[in-house]
Amino acid sequence: MIIATSVSKRFGRLTALDNISATCSNGECIALIGPNASGKTTFIKCLLGMVMPDSGFITFNEKNILHDCQYRAQIGYMPQMGRYPDNMTIANLFDMMKDLRKTTKTDIDDDLVKTFQLEKILNKRISTLSGGTRQKVSAALAFLFNPAVLILDEPTGGLDPAAAEILKEKISAEKKKGKLVLITSHILSDLDDLVTHIMYMQEGRLLFHKSFENLRSDTGEEKLSKAIARIMQKK
Amino acid sequence: MQKIIKYVMLDILRNKIVMIYTLFLLIVSLSIFNLEDSSGKGLLSLLNIVLIITPLVSIIFSTIYIYNSAEFIELLVSQPIKRKTLWLSIFIGLAGSMSLAFFIGAGIPILLFAFSDAGIAMLITGLLLSIIFVSIALLASVRIRDKAKGIGMAILLWFYFSVIFDGLVLFILFQFNDYPLENFMAVMSALNPIDLARVLILLRMDVAAMMGYTGAVFKDFFGNGGGVIIAGVIFAAWAFLPLIFSLRKFNRKDL
Repeated sequence: MIIATSVSKRFGRLTALDNISATCSNGECIALIGPNASGKTTFIKCLLGMVMPDSGFITFNEKNILHDCQYRAQIGYMPQMGRYPDNMTIANLFDMMKDLRKTTKTDIDDDLVKTFQLEKILNKRISTLSGGTRQKVSAALAFLFNPAVLILDEPTGGLDPAAAEILKEKISAEKKKGKLVLITSHILSDLDDLVTHIMYMQEGRLLFHKSFENLRSDTGEEKLSKAIARIMQKK
Repeated sequence: MQKIIKYVMLDILRNKIVMIYTLFLLIVSLSIFNLEDSSGKGLLSLLNIVLIITPLVSIIFSTIYIYNSAEFIELLVSQPIKRKTLWLSIFIGLAGSMSLAFFIGAGIPILLFAFSDAGIAMLITGLLLSIIFVSIALLASVRIRDKAKGIGMAILLWFYFSVIFDGLVLFILFQFNDYPLENFMAVMSALNPIDLARVLILLRMDVAAMMGYTGAVFKDFFGNGGGVIIAGVIFAAWAFLPLIFSLRKFNRKDL
């Protein structure tokens, strides 16, 4: 569904992405793992067209994303730090997004709005929200349009345990529907029962991209955190 | 596109600065026209205010607005919206509200008290200056990532167009006053939209007679129909070139 072909990106002297090629298909749940500043967020932003790669290209359903912005209608994106116009209320924000995405009522999936109990605070200004509540808004917004692809950047960071659990359940429910889910997270224990594939990045390079079973058999570890720890020790 | 323009306009209207700017212009222009006994004198007093305040508010407000909407821009770029559409909508929203503010604040009093050639010229050039400086602000803010630097740049640009440029022109005039510089002056005025606006308005006032030989050359150049068309083309270039450059830059910008 999403194919990246030798994508490179430099920020000045820093090489953020170094010749990354990857294929992501429907029904996969891919964990994008790597140390800080390994280029995970940059890669995600390239997929979304927010960062322009210096070389290489990305296709979405066999269409180059450079020439067509409509593919983003099929992506739900939850940023690492949700930044929204300060003087809007949550209700304003949701209404604006619904208006801009031109969706019909039936496509709207407001499960998370309900389970996170955002309805009670719809009239609060976004600037007054706490970091965790902002994350909830981001999550609700990412799932709101029932997209075929979900890109979640550190989804559980900043959420309380109850909310993180709700979000995980929602992600696994969407995964079962055959959607492509791309998650970055440092909390590997969160990913154990979700992911099917692992992409491991370091210093802008993609070290490996394989299925969780292969990783398990390669390292002989059952848990994702231990398997990754073993790989990091080897380097 | 209309939807995004709607949200940009709503956002700007929620911001009280534009209201205050409108009111300020309204109070100033009404009081000037009521204080001066003739509308010509009133226009002359209003001229300097229009030529200084309009570009200043236009460029500073737009620059700050762009930096403050970083979140809005980031949010919309990850949606199925073309970057070009987004950027042009922001331009239209900003240019629309700045010109509307100018029209209500200064345009209506001009139409009421000084409905003359000079008054109309001031109204049109004021609207054009509002749009031109929004466009310049867009270019400055898309090129500079840092907010403080960007706003500093906007102030500097305004300072250049309203003060430094005139200083440079005077310097050249005094250095080369042995040579005939009248045609050169006409060309120089095209390099600064504020100067061009000033010349166009002054030529339609009685004081134009006092501008000497240079004034006569200007009148020859800009006074007739062809000159007005040339001036229009120059204004259009000032409005669209920065916009096109900023759009190009924005299309490739990493957010």
